[in-house]
Amino acid sequence: MTDYVMESQTPKGNLENRWTQHKFNLKIVSPANRKKYTVIIVGTGLAGASAAASLGEMGYNVKTFCFQDSPRRAHSIAAQGGINGAKNYQNDGDSVWRLFYDTIKGGDFRARESNVFRLAELSNNIIDQAVAQGVPFAREYSGYLANRSFGGAQVSRTFYARGQTGQQLLLGAYQAMSKEIDAGSVTHRSRCEMQDVIMIDGKAKGIVTRDLVTGELESHMADCVVLCTGGYGNVFYLSTNAKGCNASAAWRAHKKGALFANPSFTQIHPTCIPQHGTLQSKLTLMSESLRNDGRVWAPKNAEDCDKRPEEIAEQDRDYFLERMYPAFGNLVPRDIASRAVKLICDEGRGVGHEIKGKKLGVYLDFAQAISEQGEEAIQEKYGNLFEMYQQITSEAPNLTPMRIYPAVHYTMGGLWVDYNLMTSTDGLFAAGEANFSDHGANRLGASALMQGLADGYFVLPATISNYLAQQKPLDLSKDYPEAAETIAVSLARIGQLLNAPDPQKTPDEFHRQLGNIMWDACGMAREKGQLESAISDIKALREQFWQQVKVTGDDKDLNQTLERAGRIADFMELAELMCIDALTREESCGCHARAEHISEDGEAQRHDEDFSHVSAWQYSGHISMPVLYKEELNFEFVRPNTRNYR
Amino acid sequence: MIFTLHVRRQKNAIAQGYFEQYHMDVSETTSFLEMMDALNEQLISKGHDAIAFDFDCREGICGACSLVINGAPHGKRTATTTCQVYMRDYADEPELWIEPWRATAFPVIKDLIVDRLAFDKIINAGGYIATRTGSACEANTIAIPKETADDAFDSATCIGCGACVAVCPNASATLFVAAKVSHLSSLPQGEIDSQRAKKMLTEMDEQGFGTCSNYRECERACPKEISVSTITQMNKLLYQNK
Repeated sequence: MTDYVMESQTPKGNLENRWTQHKFNLKIVSPANRKKYTVIIVGTGLAGASAAASLGEMGYNVKTFCFQDSPRRAHSIAAQGGINGAKNYQNDGDSVWRLFYDTIKGGDFRARESNVFRLAELSNNIIDQAVAQGVPFAREYSGYLANRSFGGAQVSRTFYARGQTGQQLLLGAYQAMSKEIDAGSVTHRSRCEMQDVIMIDGKAKGIVTRDLVTGELESHMADCVVLCTGGYGNVFYLSTNAKGCNASAAWRAHKKGALFANPSFTQIHPTCIPQHGTLQSKLTLMSESLRNDGRVWAPKNAEDCDKRPEEIAEQDRDYFLERMYPAFGNLVPRDIASRAVKLICDEGRGVGHEIKGKKLGVYLDFAQAISEQGEEAIQEKYGNLFEMYQQITSEAPNLTPMRIYPAVHYTMGGLWVDYNLMTSTDGLFAAGEANFSDHGANRLGASALMQGLADGYFVLPATISNYLAQQKPLDLSKDYPEAAETIAVSLARIGQLLNAPDPQKTPDEFHRQLGNIMWDACGMAREKGQLESAISDIKALREQFWQQVKVTGDDKDLNQTLERAGRIADFMELAELMCIDALTREESCGCHARAEHISEDGEAQRHDEDFSHVSAWQYSGHISMPVLYKEELNFEFVRPNTRNYR
Repeated sequence: MIFTLHVRRQKNAIAQGYFEQYHMDVSETTSFLEMMDALNEQLISKGHDAIAFDFDCREGICGACSLVINGAPHGKRTATTTCQVYMRDYADEPELWIEPWRATAFPVIKDLIVDRLAFDKIINAGGYIATRTGSACEANTIAIPKETADDAFDSATCIGCGACVAVCPNASATLFVAAKVSHLSSLPQGEIDSQRAKKMLTEMDEQGFGTCSNYRECERACPKEISVSTITQMNKLLYQNK
């Protein structure tokens, strides 16, 4: 462990000039020299594919890797609702400044002003870029682009492609990357999972991967490494993430020295299909856009909870979001909506399936919207989401209200990065959900797609060039002993997973147990005593995991059980850091609700004097004793106030 | 609900495949893949190799899952991916035959997993609009009629799962190619590359897919209900020099 001097590289001066000025100050590599540099990009979702396409176009030699069978499968594909852009096409008073303000406020004043402003500024370029690539955004009859509203905003700035915006943007980035594969500047490997970072003289100079088909461990060298490996919501076992989403690349980078920031900041999305059974493998999200027209309610009286919703009279329904937050109503930010739903269900007014003795669900009702706008208009907007719901529950939302409950959805925390998106490890960058940078303690809807693409299309090409301009190209013809050493470490770890001394339980059994601990202690409400016992439970479970995990098959073959075990082993460590982080942050902010810091009327209490900082954790060589670094957040342009959506 | 499963197993790309029989007791609210998960948990507990199958998002959008269930790619329901199949859908079929996609261009890697790299190769050959990052004009500069945008979306919704190939007697990828061609080429930005269809079809041929002979099974099996009218549209571009 070494002491790290945290330098955020945040520019000074007028907020609106910072990125422009910073770009000018960055060093560049001449076109003729770019081919001499190799950039490794791990993960090819929105951030990774867009970065690969852009860096490839510039002339760098790009190598990309993903664990799926194609970059087109990355979980960015599942984002439904939309992408924000401060175009002000609706003439409703939107601007870059307003998107910046909404995002900073939505994140409960726990993000850097400079980063968020840059994000808002780039939002418009992303829309232009996507349209040019042929992303079929929704359009008005005039032929111009349509918008809709999303939570946490009072303007209509969300661009969308029915309920499949993530799919269309990912395919746009995937196709842009394909163009570069065809041109020879990008070399891609699917079904190939990163195992570790190769460090040479304190700099990230390559990665070790495992070919998931042959099991072969290989080293790949480069002049810098970019992790675009997504979030870690699957630490909770049940989440809206794809089954394969994992923290391993980010976590192994952390163990090689990269600081991990705000690990406890996990977004719990209010509108997901409630859990219905014990064999359930994942939770399905219903887009936030549904809250534009759907009204959230629960029975006023607990004795009505077993009735069919149609049998509950209008005066016996509690439209609790509209009641509690009249200004924003059903469109309050996600963290606030989720907590309100939990509150209602904890009061015993939930509906639907009982899980561990409690009915966990409330209604999302379209009856009023259908009677006002007509069935066809609602079908046009939400048709595919209604179908999806019906497929899972065998109930039709146009006939009976949906049932929803919050579920783990997105992780605002991630690898700490400076303004250039470089982690605390020299030469190691992180982008998209894998970094912590732009969403503070809560992410607003339609901002994840925006951030992934801003990072990949526009930020990384500038900042990576700056980094490379200061490096001598690595001699790729040489053998580096560090590569072989790192392969040996990965091989030993795989051996340990395959040969636990007393194999008894499947990897998934451990994962489910870990998920239960995390959901109870580090989910929507967090409390000191619970977090402390969760930490000791996690330690015990981790110990047991390495003793008893049962992995069948071998490592010379495609082995999904082994892949999963490796990812769960990392979750076991990350989970503890999440709890430590949640325990250390003695305040409530955004998604992070500490029971000790909630006012009597249920509002989160932020403590700016003590906690207006990013908590970045350094691996000390011992999982349970991480070292805390604080990056103070200075607000020069906005005044952190109490978020008021009433 | 009790099911008898016949699962096609194959140790690796070169090994011989065979059917293995299992019995599972699951509730009707269990999804098909959750039933497979439960079976794998049992297999691992007994010390056996788990059955390999592709999956990821489990909400019908990533296109990873790819099982042939009782002869039908993605099962018997229309507009459904394998991960969206529930055991209640098979309440009246207690015996289930579970197989991978079968096509020369999609070789089996292990058990129920096939290699669909050929689809990526087809996209690499021309399934894009060649815009460089940063060179785009303002998004609302070109108005696009709503119907054109909606049609483009309908084609663009392809998830690249390969069910069209798996169901086609010729193992043709024509619907996959046509969907991409009609998505991109119907938009003003995409018109410029007049060679797109030709490049992609040439690659399709090279990857070992067959040609289209108008069975139209692809349209029926497609979980995103991509219409064969995209093929007509592609043919127009190819042969009418439009």
